[in-house]
Amino acid sequence: MDDLLLNQFLLLGAVLFCVGVYGVLARRNAVLVLMSIELILNSVNINFIAFGAMHGNPAGAVFALFIIAVAAAEVGVGLAIVLLIYRNRKSVDLNDIAELKG
Amino acid sequence: MVAQNLFFYAFAAMIVFSAIRVVTTQNVVHAALYLVAVLAGVGAQYILLAAEFVAATQVLVYIGAVVVLLLFGVMLTRTEIGRDQDLTHRNWPGGAATAILLLGVMAYTLIDEYGWSRTPLPADTRIASVNGSNTATVSDSIFGQYLVPFEVISVLLLAALVGAIVLARKD
Amino acid sequence: MLDNAWIIPLIPAASFVLILLFGKKMPKKGSEIGIAALGVCFVLALVTNVQWFSHVNDAEHAAEVHVSEGEHAEQAVAPHADETTDHGTALEIADAPSEESAHTEFAVEPIHKSWTWWSNGGVNFSAGMLLDGPAVMMLFVVTLISLLVHIYSTDYVNGDRRYTHYFAFLSLFTASMLGLIMSETTLQLLTCWELVGLCSFALIGHWWEEKPNSDAALKAFITNRVGDVGLICGVIILFFGAGQTFDIQTINEMAVAGDISHLVLLVASCSLLAAVMSKSGQFILHTWLPDAMAGPTPVSALIHAATMVVAGIYMVGRLYGVFFQGLSIGVSSVNLLAVVGGVTVLGGAGLAFVQNDIKKVLAYSTVSQLGYMVMALGVGAWTAAFFHLFTHAMFKAGLFLGSGSVAHSVHSFDMKQDMGGMKKFMPKTYVTFLICTGALIGLFPLAGFWSKDEILAGASQLGGDGSYTAFLVVGTLGALMTAAYMTRCVYLTFHGEPRGHAADAAHPPHESGPRIVVPLYILGGLAMVAGLVNLPNSGALSFIPDSLALRFEHFYEPKGEYFPAVLSTFSHPEFDLGIALVSTVIGLAGIGLAYAWYFRGMGPHGITERSKVARAGHRVLVEKYYLDRLYTDIIVGSVKGPIAKAAYWLNQKGLDGVVNGAGAGAVAGGRWIYDHIDQGVIDGAVNGSGAAAEGSGQGLRQMQTGRVQQYAALLFAGAALLAGIFIVII
Repeated sequence: MDDLLLNQFLLLGAVLFCVGVYGVLARRNAVLVLMSIELILNSVNINFIAFGAMHGNPAGAVFALFIIAVAAAEVGVGLAIVLLIYRNRKSVDLNDIAELKG
Repeated sequence: MVAQNLFFYAFAAMIVFSAIRVVTTQNVVHAALYLVAVLAGVGAQYILLAAEFVAATQVLVYIGAVVVLLLFGVMLTRTEIGRDQDLTHRNWPGGAATAILLLGVMAYTLIDEYGWSRTPLPADTRIASVNGSNTATVSDSIFGQYLVPFEVISVLLLAALVGAIVLARKD
Repeated sequence: MLDNAWIIPLIPAASFVLILLFGKKMPKKGSEIGIAALGVCFVLALVTNVQWFSHVNDAEHAAEVHVSEGEHAEQAVAPHADETTDHGTALEIADAPSEESAHTEFAVEPIHKSWTWWSNGGVNFSAGMLLDGPAVMMLFVVTLISLLVHIYSTDYVNGDRRYTHYFAFLSLFTASMLGLIMSETTLQLLTCWELVGLCSFALIGHWWEEKPNSDAALKAFITNRVGDVGLICGVIILFFGAGQTFDIQTINEMAVAGDISHLVLLVASCSLLAAVMSKSGQFILHTWLPDAMAGPTPVSALIHAATMVVAGIYMVGRLYGVFFQGLSIGVSSVNLLAVVGGVTVLGGAGLAFVQNDIKKVLAYSTVSQLGYMVMALGVGAWTAAFFHLFTHAMFKAGLFLGSGSVAHSVHSFDMKQDMGGMKKFMPKTYVTFLICTGALIGLFPLAGFWSKDEILAGASQLGGDGSYTAFLVVGTLGALMTAAYMTRCVYLTFHGEPRGHAADAAHPPHESGPRIVVPLYILGGLAMVAGLVNLPNSGALSFIPDSLALRFEHFYEPKGEYFPAVLSTFSHPEFDLGIALVSTVIGLAGIGLAYAWYFRGMGPHGITERSKVARAGHRVLVEKYYLDRLYTDIIVGSVKGPIAKAAYWLNQKGLDGVVNGAGAGAVAGGRWIYDHIDQGVIDGAVNGSGAAAEGSGQGLRQMQTGRVQQYAALLFAGAALLAGIFIVII
């Protein structure tokens, strides 16, 4: 319990990732699914920063920043899609969206 | 060093707890607020790793913009504010099993590969090579080595902006 | 210019982009960009040629100086040691320029430029330019023909819906062919090869609204894919065979020096041969070529004369070290390359007899002439093959453009229905067409005479002890057939009484405009004189001075360690008066026979109605040796029909049978149980099996919920499971 370990951060990232995956799989509300995706993206960022610190390389931080930018874009477009779905169906319940049903 | 570890575990506990609440709470607005806690905790971890610029961006972009956007989404889709029993699928155990399986595989791999105490981070995690400042180093590489990806990202943001407007406008 | 010749392909490439972007807004709809670009290219190609000539002469001069200096040095060291021998050597050297050996004694370094495209795992993927004799020669041919085709097209496709796109693709076509010519690596060659295929697809299907045209384009594309597999295999084999390099010069050097095992070279050249067969229309993959006539006529001229089909020939010539060693060309009396070429010479010529479409006659004639080139390469007469490529480009482009001129006037390609007697309507076209026909037949002293004769001489003189005599016979027979079918074509088009559209009094045919006629004149003129660039000065023609003779061989044949000319088994054919006379007489005989048959109406006309054998032969030709039927009906049909049916049968009889059998067995077993044990058990079993079937069906059906999240769950779980399995195993 003296030094910070790389693995601490990686495992934190892994936990966050799996919680996010659970959210994406189990939530019925589209907005909540988007939130869960944010969790996943953050877990990836933790890994980037941790490896960047490990190797003393600024690339980790740079790519974390890029991911933040991409995440912002993703939320914007994602919410627009959710709004469109809501306008057409008066619901954002993913259970109702089953056009692919066989 | 003990202080760093204490901070880490405190924030990690907060992150994990809040993250679990994000995906389990029955109240959409609460979920968004817990998400703020997760994002702030992750930002704190960044500071622990001496990535202060990323931490600042995290707070500004995520907490300042993304969460607000999500809250707008909640309001515009008129999801019931307050408790809602139907936010989770009936077959959530399937999702939980998948997530736990995934966690098991990842955790096993990570521990197998990096172990405990085998790969300590450098005592000084700062990556400074420009003016002794992490931020200067990061900005140097963004506007130097990674200039083209940076420009591409800006185009991507523009495209997302246009796309969001086209998708969401009423006509 | 030599060092910067790599700009030449980039000019039409830039013109392609410019035409696509701005073509529609230009006053001439983009054609002026294409013509300007090609004009510049042509001038640059001429400059490159001139500089290449001086480059070769410099190298020769340097070699001579070097040799004589060596002589002097030797004399200085041992002034009176052995005067007679010394003197003899000096005499030999003095005589050397007039001898065969003069052409192989000096090396001409090709201009080799290479830029690393990307590197991966220690392997450099480079692109660049390898400029040597054949590349310089092709630069001239491609830019010339392409320029003329561009000019011709402004009249021919005037007012077309996709006029601008047409010119854009012409530019890209030229650019990719020029890139192929200059390819420094096999990888670059492959890339440009595919680009050429793509452009030909776009241009053949230019009028894609009509089903046959788009079918023809697809056929060309797909047939070429078959060969491309061979090319890719060949490139990969050579890459590893030559120690992980794509560099053409290195591969050739290693192949010539014998550093690559014969087996590797044999397999590689057989793979590459498949590519040649598809691209250069060799039997049995030639079927796309006649169908490619569906494209606009200038495109056909470009495809058949300068680009596309000669790419295969050029590739063989470029990797000649590989083929020469792999197929043991220098020492054998028969090899795969020569056989493919020989079969194509006769097969293509045979098919040309029964075509009524003027362009198809020319298309099969191209197939046959390409056969000559492949055959020449196969017997080891490299220079003859490339010389024939050179002359063929001139007269075949002239023939195609001439046929387009006629068709432009009568709005049809059918010689029997809509042509005849065009001589008096289109005298200028007639004259050029006649000259080009003469060149194709090989009449003295037109272009085709010299090149075809060199091929025949090569077939009779080269090779191992047996030599390639069989191919001499094939080539001579081919000359006879060429003469006959071309006479038929000229007769049906230009002589006799006008028929169909040609006889339409309201719209009588008229001579084409200057933009069509001028290119015809140029090509006709070249068809007359192009043969003079490689006058032989051996045999009966040894009176021709050295400075005029064999200029083509002198300047354009690669000289260096990467070309098999350094091997003792490689040699050049000499002029043989006997062969020249025989082939000329045979050509005249072919003309005479066809003349008697068509112009005079002599011979057993109507034999196809009377004789079963003749009818069967005629039918085989009309059906194109049934090759199309083989491909569409038998190969595709068998995949589509019987194999699919077999699968269906297996499904119906086999699997259902198992199910039914199981059901029947269950019933029988049930009866047995009913008889022997307890009715309740049976009921339970039957109901249970029914329920199980329904349950499994329902269970499977439930997987198709249409809920994306469920799919995502399966995906994640699958990924996690796979990852777990990998961890456990590794």
